[in-house]
Amino acid sequence: MPGYIIQRLLQAGLVMLAMSALVFAGVHAIGNPIDLLISPDATQDIRAAAIAHYGLDQPLWRQYLAFLGRLLSGDLGRSLVFNIPVTELVFSRMPATLELALSAVLIGAVIGVPLGMWAGYRPDSVVSRGIMAVSVLGFSVPTFWVGLILILTFAVNLGWLPAGSRGPTVEVFGIGWSFLTLEGLRFMLLPALNLSLFKLALMIRLARAGTREAMLSDTVKFARAAGLSEFTILRHHVLRLISIPLVTVFGLEFGSTLAFAVVTETIFSWPGVGKLIIDSITSLDRPVMVGYLVLVAFLFVTLNLVVDLSYALLDPRLRRGRHAA
Amino acid sequence: MTLLQVRDLRTHFLTRAGAVKAVDGVSFELGRGEILGLVGESGSGKSVTGFSLIGHVDPPGRVVGGSIRFDGQELVGLAPPRMRELRGRRIAMVFQDPGATLNPVLTIGQQMVLAVQAHRRLPERDARALAAERLTRLGIPEAPARLDAYPHEFSGGMRQRVAIAMALLHGPDLIIADEPTTALDVSIQAQILVEMRALARESGTALIWISHDLAAVAAVADRIMVMYAGRIVEAGPVRATLAAPRHPYTRGLLDSLPATTEPGARLRQIPGHTPALLSLPPGCPFAPRCGYADATCMTAPPVIEQDGRMARCHHLLEPSP
Amino acid sequence: MRRFWDEYAENRVALFALVVVVMTIAAALLAPWIAPQDPFDLAALDLSDARRPPGTVGFSGMTHWLGTDAQGRDLLSAILFGLRISLEMGVAAGAVALAIGVTLGILAAHAGGWIENAVMRVIDLQLAFPPILLALVLVAILGQGKLPLIVALVTAQYAYFARTAYGAAAAERQKEYVEAARATPLSPARVVFGHILPNCLPPLMVVATVQVANAIALEATLSFLGLGLPPTEPSLGMLIANGFPYMMSGRSWISVYPGVALIILIVAINLVGDQLRDQFNPRLRR
Repeated sequence: MPGYIIQRLLQAGLVMLAMSALVFAGVHAIGNPIDLLISPDATQDIRAAAIAHYGLDQPLWRQYLAFLGRLLSGDLGRSLVFNIPVTELVFSRMPATLELALSAVLIGAVIGVPLGMWAGYRPDSVVSRGIMAVSVLGFSVPTFWVGLILILTFAVNLGWLPAGSRGPTVEVFGIGWSFLTLEGLRFMLLPALNLSLFKLALMIRLARAGTREAMLSDTVKFARAAGLSEFTILRHHVLRLISIPLVTVFGLEFGSTLAFAVVTETIFSWPGVGKLIIDSITSLDRPVMVGYLVLVAFLFVTLNLVVDLSYALLDPRLRRGRHAA
Repeated sequence: MTLLQVRDLRTHFLTRAGAVKAVDGVSFELGRGEILGLVGESGSGKSVTGFSLIGHVDPPGRVVGGSIRFDGQELVGLAPPRMRELRGRRIAMVFQDPGATLNPVLTIGQQMVLAVQAHRRLPERDARALAAERLTRLGIPEAPARLDAYPHEFSGGMRQRVAIAMALLHGPDLIIADEPTTALDVSIQAQILVEMRALARESGTALIWISHDLAAVAAVADRIMVMYAGRIVEAGPVRATLAAPRHPYTRGLLDSLPATTEPGARLRQIPGHTPALLSLPPGCPFAPRCGYADATCMTAPPVIEQDGRMARCHHLLEPSP
Repeated sequence: MRRFWDEYAENRVALFALVVVVMTIAAALLAPWIAPQDPFDLAALDLSDARRPPGTVGFSGMTHWLGTDAQGRDLLSAILFGLRISLEMGVAAGAVALAIGVTLGILAAHAGGWIENAVMRVIDLQLAFPPILLALVLVAILGQGKLPLIVALVTAQYAYFARTAYGAAAAERQKEYVEAARATPLSPARVVFGHILPNCLPPLMVVATVQVANAIALEATLSFLGLGLPPTEPSLGMLIANGFPYMMSGRSWISVYPGVALIILIVAINLVGDQLRDQFNPRLRR
């Protein structure tokens, strides 16, 4: 086991290194950002001073090494546009994205798992077909389009829910959160729903497949023979049987939700990291792009690692040495 | 006293290709505390008979006809909630592979508590106490502590003991054991066999022991029923029947046992395979494999009852000399 | 083939979806001839016709069945041309991704050893990242335009083809007839093209169908975010984006109709793909 952990850690480190190099080299292939930073009629001196100031006159590999060194010390450079440290910028936007992504994943699980279990329990019923249709739509319809429809329906036509900003936040530990007030939740509902649709579809599929399989297992037959009600069987036996793959995907999907937040945040003008990266791409704010991508890559690698390692904790069959058989 | 009375039970699987008559007109009776061995090759319909009794045939299977009277109550067509109340409380079932029947991600205690609370409103503590008591009765050491263990932490034999303990939770009148020892080591098989027989005797529980293993049935049962292609071909007291089988199929099963043949002699397997239930030959379904078959076997064989024994054959065997 | 088609036609929904896909493709191909207006012909546009609701008769005397956009463009025409561009991107990206992915997948399965390990490692790693993120990075790096967009879409998708081709080819590799074909003095190319490739086709067809739909959706998303095609090539995604600012003021048709066209196309392709998957899946056969 320790050997496995070390191997996985080394692997994760290598992936991170490769990612950072790729991202850095790639992003520096875009046009010259200096043109965006200073006005075109600035004197040659000002221009040269700016280039020197941002280190843009160095060869790429030196810029990368410097970048890597700063990366290890947690310094991702300064935003060319906002002129504040990238880390500070990203982390100031992170809570908005985190709470959005977390609520989306939760909505997806809380609604998707029961629906999927029902669809797997009664695969041929009309309701189940409806549930599966929702899941097909959730998979194929682009997120941005669902967002538009949500805005059109609930914000424009019905006027029930606000859309278009984050609304009021409450400061806790110096960070603003939306989920603590009703009004904040109202603002969060549409974007969270939007972002959750894909997870919902995924959870439905996974829960359905797992339930279908579990319902045919001897475990369920035995539980039925013991006179357990169908609800108890689903709630206690089947849910536990299918929970391991569900939790795994839940963990992995949290990472991709952060990525998908790019779209949702843009539509709903949600001031998170997703909107930040789109803005920084359009304004060629290289340090922010690099910083964001490296952070997301780091997050992904970490999540993958955590999921791999937590497998053993979730499945009692993989746990060892509690009671000797 | 009669506990169970099955009349002309028919369980068919309605597939696209046609109705598969897995159980096709099975009738028998079972007294309180009696142990019945139900024998047949795989595909003979013996397991489906068991599942029909607890009202849980997998779709597309369905009980399409006949009657099951359990302690005076008709079970065919009984409303599912009523049936559920009987299952586990008055009719329990034990399956072949305890590794597959116990939920691998729940502790034994959690599963047993669920089974207790399916029929009795007991607080968890009392339910656990009951579970521990039953486990102890099945010879599981340190039962209260073992409740927190997962199934994989038990050996195969111990797991089956846990499953049997679960079946005994509510002191049922009838236990249906579907190949309960097949997945176990031979030495453990014998132990479980003896223990279950003793438990059934002790508590007055009737037992239907479903198996393809004639030797196991001979050791445990009072009466034996032999099934072939969805029908009972021979039934009677276990000793008399196995000493002098009247149906050629029973004879064939006996001859394929190692213990009954002369040492060194070749085991005589019954030639051919169990027939496909979709395309049964007319007349006796065993005829294509039967050494005694002739033209009369193209018609349905008569049921002959004599001295408390029954056989369904045109050519009853005489007791061998 | 005949039986395959009969089985397909048994599923009414899938049949309908196929009809929709064929009709959409036909409409997109024929756009220059059936569209009421050439949306690229700036001379034909009249700003006084801008943002007309559906069904209005414009100053030029034509009826705008689906209304007009902010530039006074007939929306129906814009959608037909948009479909054309969206489909073009989806199919082009899908085809290139297919070619690269299948080559890599079969190469990995066929070569074995460290090549197999290296290729599959990279592909697995890539599959762990959401395609939208990869596409975003590439578009950011390469800038806007048709070619960069196709490169981005291909990079985001080839791994799915590679995985599928690898899976099928690795399974085929085990089978005796490939062993036999290898033992005979046939060139490796003959083995690959004559034996392995044909057996990878069914799963690849399913993946290809779904991936074309995904490519179209991804392209639309990128265009909507302003990172896709340049404004001279208005795909459906861009049409939707152009209408977005007017949504709040009640002129929702500018976004909604292109969106409806997009959804119909994507969902129909996916339904066709689902049916193919079911038909090719031997486990579901009864």
